[in-house]
Amino acid sequence: MNDTVLRTQGLTRRFGGLVAVKDVSIECRMGEVHAVIGPNGAGKTTLINLLSGDLEPSAGKVVLGATDITGLASHRISKLGVGRSYQKTNVFLPFTAFENCRLAAQSRLASSMRFFRPALADREVNACAERALAAAGLQGRGGAPVAALSHGEQRQVEIAMALATRPRVLLLDEPLAGMGAEESARIVALLKGLVAGHAILLVEHDMDAVFAVADVLTVMVNGMVLESGTPERIRSSRAVQEAYLGTDDALHER
Amino acid sequence: MAALLSALVALALLPLVAEKFTVQICTKIMIMAIFAMSLDLLLGYTGLVSFGHAAFYGAAGYALALLTPQYQAANFWTSLPLAVAASALLALVIGFLVVRTRGIYFIMVTLAFAQMLFFFFFDTKIAGGSDGIYVDVRPVAKIGGWQLFNLEDFTNVYYVVLVFLALTFVLLRVILRSLFGRVLAGVRVNEQRMLSLGYPTFRYKLACFVIAGAIAGVAGYLSTVQFGVVNPETLGWHLSAAVMMMVILGGMGTLVGPAIGAAIWMLLEIGFQSLPQAGGVDFGKHWQLFMGGFVVLAALLLPNGLIGVLDRLRGRRDESHE
Repeated sequence: MNDTVLRTQGLTRRFGGLVAVKDVSIECRMGEVHAVIGPNGAGKTTLINLLSGDLEPSAGKVVLGATDITGLASHRISKLGVGRSYQKTNVFLPFTAFENCRLAAQSRLASSMRFFRPALADREVNACAERALAAAGLQGRGGAPVAALSHGEQRQVEIAMALATRPRVLLLDEPLAGMGAEESARIVALLKGLVAGHAILLVEHDMDAVFAVADVLTVMVNGMVLESGTPERIRSSRAVQEAYLGTDDALHER
Repeated sequence: MAALLSALVALALLPLVAEKFTVQICTKIMIMAIFAMSLDLLLGYTGLVSFGHAAFYGAAGYALALLTPQYQAANFWTSLPLAVAASALLALVIGFLVVRTRGIYFIMVTLAFAQMLFFFFFDTKIAGGSDGIYVDVRPVAKIGGWQLFNLEDFTNVYYVVLVFLALTFVLLRVILRSLFGRVLAGVRVNEQRMLSLGYPTFRYKLACFVIAGAIAGVAGYLSTVQFGVVNPETLGWHLSAAVMMMVILGGMGTLVGPAIGAAIWMLLEIGFQSLPQAGGVDFGKHWQLFMGGFVVLAALLLPNGLIGVLDRLRGRRDESHE
């Protein structure tokens, strides 16, 4: 199968003496959810930041389709079709949920250097924002300032914004963190629906959700890939069990 | 809206009832209101704390002075666009260098550029040095052979300034509601997120800087028309600080706020300057002391500016944020 949309080669990021991500080579394919799991501090969020352009790699390559996007600014990578959500809610708190998504959708216009066109007059942008809100389970909540929404709803706004940019590749950093069971189930269902038209990279701690949606799993420990493969393979891997799924020895190794 | 229209009508009727002195003060206030609104586009709406905004105000004034032939009048229809273009071009050059900096550095660098311009005009003879340069004959606004208005007449100047105040208000309102305006709001609230949504924020901030500089240029041009003189003070940090105080005092992130702030600021200045002598102390001479005290009080008591007080009295929230 060669539907690879996004791949990395030897991706490495150092912070001073700390190597947060070390020699990571992974692939995200169209129509697949690629879940990255690992203990806290394994480098999962750093990996997403390297893919989205929020951080520059110290070494290695990021390739989107046939284009080398290593080191490109985040706004350019976003425009090339890579959307992301943040682990720590990163939205426009004073704006309404609708305006958050509308801004996200507006970013897909060729240019926003339009000084006289009223923002709310663009029906396509508005419709795209509404669709994203509905997909994330926020229909009817668009009018509320995000600051007034519950934590779980803010997490949903985060995902809706990523959707509103209509990406090919979705990088989701712990989308379920802080969500109630009902919202989690909704987002898992949403991911299952989205996967056909997207390549999804999912970082998540909720193992039930991960094993419910993931087609491929990568386990990271200490910035390195420990194991990568199908869910069955990961589940039966001794290395993973020792290092991550919890024996006392795993702790001592760190 | 009704309040705005009645304010406009009241301003339009003022010269019919007021003395020359009052009309001239009011002209000055309206010019400062245009200037303050232009700064608020940066300060209140985009979150760019420019401490050198006078550079663009003074530059247009100097442009008019240098475009005016000695003992003759410049053409209003060409000198205004040229002067505003000079301010816009200056804002483009300065903005290109400063807009990539953030926070405290942005404040410092905008101040530094404005002071460089100040000392350029202060220390060189091309425009009268520290004394400034006079515009002896005001620009003439002719259409064909007919003079539309006469800028030698203070009432005409008043109405021209009023028209530009209204135009500035409408223009900014349209811009703020446009696709572009929403990008500015996003930059103010969370620039990093705007980048990750795919907005190249640098060029939007730069465009905003140029628009604000151009409108400041309109104000500076009108000021030179009113007083017939331009000097380095119009570029200096005192004026940059004063206009910033007007914006903050009136209420950032609104258009009416800076206009109110400009009026209060100018009236207080005049009020404190005309304080009498008492007990051997000339209070009027120390007006800046009282201005300082007022600023401290305002900062403590009016966190949202005067517009915040008005809104609270009318029981509604700031409409500019969605």
